Amino acid sequence: MLATRALSVLGKRAISTSVCLRGGHGVAKVEPYTLPAYFDRTENPLPDIRFVQELSAEQKSLKEKEKGSWASLSNDEKIALYRISFCKSYAEMHKGTGEWKSIVAGMLFFCGFTGFIVLWQRKFVYGDVPHTFADEYKEKELQRMLDMRINPVEGFSSNWDYENKQWKK
Amino acid sequence: MRGLLAKKLKFHLPIAFALSIVVAAAFKYTVTEPRKQAYADFYKQYDAMKEFNAMKEAGIFESVRPSGE
Repeated sequence: MLATRALSVLGKRAISTSVCLRGGHGVAKVEPYTLPAYFDRTENPLPDIRFVQELSAEQKSLKEKEKGSWASLSNDEKIALYRISFCKSYAEMHKGTGEWKSIVAGMLFFCGFTGFIVLWQRKFVYGDVPHTFADEYKEKELQRMLDMRINPVEGFSSNWDYENKQWKK
Repeated sequence: MRGLLAKKLKFHLPIAFALSIVVAAAFKYTVTEPRKQAYADFYKQYDAMKEFNAMKEAGIFESVRPSGE
């Protein structure tokens, strides 16, 4: 008693759309996403509902004809009936979209953009490299490695001719 | 679908073994044997004292300095 009084405060519309706690005359509002849906998927070959829900007059007469013998249907009528029930054929479903081309293009574009950022960084952000990268220093490093006979069998020093003081031909 | 793994194994396992053995043999005879030979040849003609003196004169050691200093 008190509940219905409280509900009447909300307004008539509220009562008709919300579930009534007593008696059960109220019906819950049906959300569209709760109804059976149509979708094209290989795993679910026969969806719960037909693709075309509101049939035109022509389609209705076709559906009536379908109730008779199917041999009397022409090929075009059979295709029309298929398109009423289904949106895409299996071939259309499985066809690739070519989306990968856009994706690869976007990827490469942003890789190139990153290159610009790296170049800018190299010029404007980083300071000088250490003095050990200078050419004279590197030459001294090389000479010291040869003096120490680094990898004399198959590696570095094996390419140096110690008698003639030059790289082996 | 029954025995699918067994069927595939029967086909792929001998191939896997054969390929592995081939690769191992190829590596042995193209890499390790020449390398062993290279080391053997190097040390056959190796004069340790001569090399040591050359290194000493180059000045890389800390315990023994070149004869000049």
